[in-house]
Amino acid sequence: MIKLQNVEKVYRTSSIETLALNNINIDVRKGEFVSIMGPSGCGKSTLLNIIGLLDAPSKGQIEIDGSPVERYTDKHLAELRNRKLGFIFQSFHLINDLSVIDNVEIPLLYRNTSAKQRRELAQEALEKVGLSNRMKHFPKQLSGGQKQRVAIARAIVGKPEIILADEPTGNLDSAMGNEILGILQKLNTDGATIVMVTHDEAMAKKTDRLIRLFDGTQVS
Amino acid sequence: MLSNYIKIAWKVLLRHPFYTFITLFGITLTLTVLMVVTSFLDHLFGPHYPENKRARSLYIASVIQTDSANTTMSSGPASFEFLMKYAKSLKSVERVAIMSNFSFSNAYANGKRIKLNTKYTDVDFWSVTDFEFLEGKPYDETNIRNADHVAVITDALRDQYFGNDAETVVGKTIDIENINFRVIGVVKGSPPTRVYTYSDVYFPYTAPKSNYEGKGMRGRFVAIVLAKKPSDLPTVQAEFDSYIARIPRSDYSNNNQFNVLIVKADTYFDHFVTMFTRSDKDRITLYAIVGLVLLMIMGLPAVNLVNVNVSRILERASEIGVRKAFGAPSKALLWQFIIENVFITFIGGAFALILTFLVIQFINSSGWIAYADLTINLPVFLISILVCLVFGLLSGVLPAFRMSRLKIAEALKA
Repeated sequence: MIKLQNVEKVYRTSSIETLALNNINIDVRKGEFVSIMGPSGCGKSTLLNIIGLLDAPSKGQIEIDGSPVERYTDKHLAELRNRKLGFIFQSFHLINDLSVIDNVEIPLLYRNTSAKQRRELAQEALEKVGLSNRMKHFPKQLSGGQKQRVAIARAIVGKPEIILADEPTGNLDSAMGNEILGILQKLNTDGATIVMVTHDEAMAKKTDRLIRLFDGTQVS
Repeated sequence: MLSNYIKIAWKVLLRHPFYTFITLFGITLTLTVLMVVTSFLDHLFGPHYPENKRARSLYIASVIQTDSANTTMSSGPASFEFLMKYAKSLKSVERVAIMSNFSFSNAYANGKRIKLNTKYTDVDFWSVTDFEFLEGKPYDETNIRNADHVAVITDALRDQYFGNDAETVVGKTIDIENINFRVIGVVKGSPPTRVYTYSDVYFPYTAPKSNYEGKGMRGRFVAIVLAKKPSDLPTVQAEFDSYIARIPRSDYSNNNQFNVLIVKADTYFDHFVTMFTRSDKDRITLYAIVGLVLLMIMGLPAVNLVNVNVSRILERASEIGVRKAFGAPSKALLWQFIIENVFITFIGGAFALILTFLVIQFINSSGWIAYADLTINLPVFLISILVCLVFGLLSGVLPAFRMSRLKIAEALKA
């Protein structure tokens, strides 16, 4: 489903060159729940951004669902992100000016979906995360756990095959974190392939496979 | 999608009221200036009282005698005889009116001097124009034939000469330059910006001092040619051109000084532009200058707004990152920010429309231009909307382009 070969990421400034990722080789199969672990600054989020096509590698190849993406145009990459990928961020990244349901609808705005259909799909997604009673609320009126559930609803509303979660429980207490993990496990059971960045060993152990990074290098 | 964009734009406006106030103030002021200018241009060139039929009118206002090298030139209005011969005889028209350029006279009322603009016209002048007769009627062919000392005056002159309380003035006498004229009608005056119909007093062309019998091509008269319908204008122009082309050179060469005669029946706008431009090149230069001035009026505040917009949109880097992460192509984001900016511009445009209405009411009632009738009619309104759109695009495209190019990972860190 996701294949990374010899991926390298270098950040360059006029005076410094930083190797953020070095020779990463990952193969995530369809329906797998994989976690990426490592200490702060080891390149976890960079790796997830590269898997999610939010950032380009300096070297190496990426294949999503069997297709190499190096030569994809901006438009094509956007379409791939829209159709195949769903993102969950540590700091939720909800748009405060939009209501919960409008936030959830965002991925559908970039498809040929009617307003009515968008509303129905967004309601369905919110029901899945148990927030159908908060549709008209605004992000600022929600708790951290509720915000993350809205973010999950937004990630799954377009029914993507892959969900990428960057420390989804990082800003939540353990009870809320477990609840979020439970939702992710349920989505995985329903068929979604999930890649989750975490620094919580206990969370990582509940996933199918663990990839460890240290100083930008894959250690397991 | 559109409602989503507009919802966001509205929320962003409410987020920083003072910022919004400054932005809208700038937009409103700029658009007000442009809308007032548009209304004034419409006042100058549009079909308004008493020249309501401008859409199917052609103006013959000048006779130009020149040489082929364009080194010497003599120009001015036509003679009455010339217009009778070459304009009145046009076959493809509904009617042709001949009138003098305005001249000045004095009248005295209760020992006080009244400065007057006077105009000599034929009978058709009253059919080609749409003057509103407040009392009485225009002079007719009999008055012309008999060279009657009759006059049509404006309501303003009536009030000045006979006083505000005069019940009816038709049949009364007005003394202009020691000649007594019988008032035959009173019309609602026209603004001085309509030079071919503006006057305080209108006399039949056979009245004293009109000089209508002057010989030669040049004199003090102009003609308004009224076509049956606007689409007939090219036919009428072609017919008139063919008449002019047949004039023997001896009639205008002035002892071989001139070998080119230029007399055009132009629409009011073309005729106006021709006054300032002699060739197509001049005309392009004039349009370029006007275009540049308009662009400057819009461009300078737009540049300012670009800066405000960039900082306003930068606040939303995270939103840009999220939208891109969920599949928004750069083009969609470009459009989002352009639409938002156009939306804000239209809010400013709505305020500007209200302000323009107040400004033109003020101009109309201030007396700066007598009988000023500036309006916000459909053409002015549509042009205003177009101006809003251009301004919105001008100030929105650059920031939108910059923002849509933001790298996702960096935008999400913001």
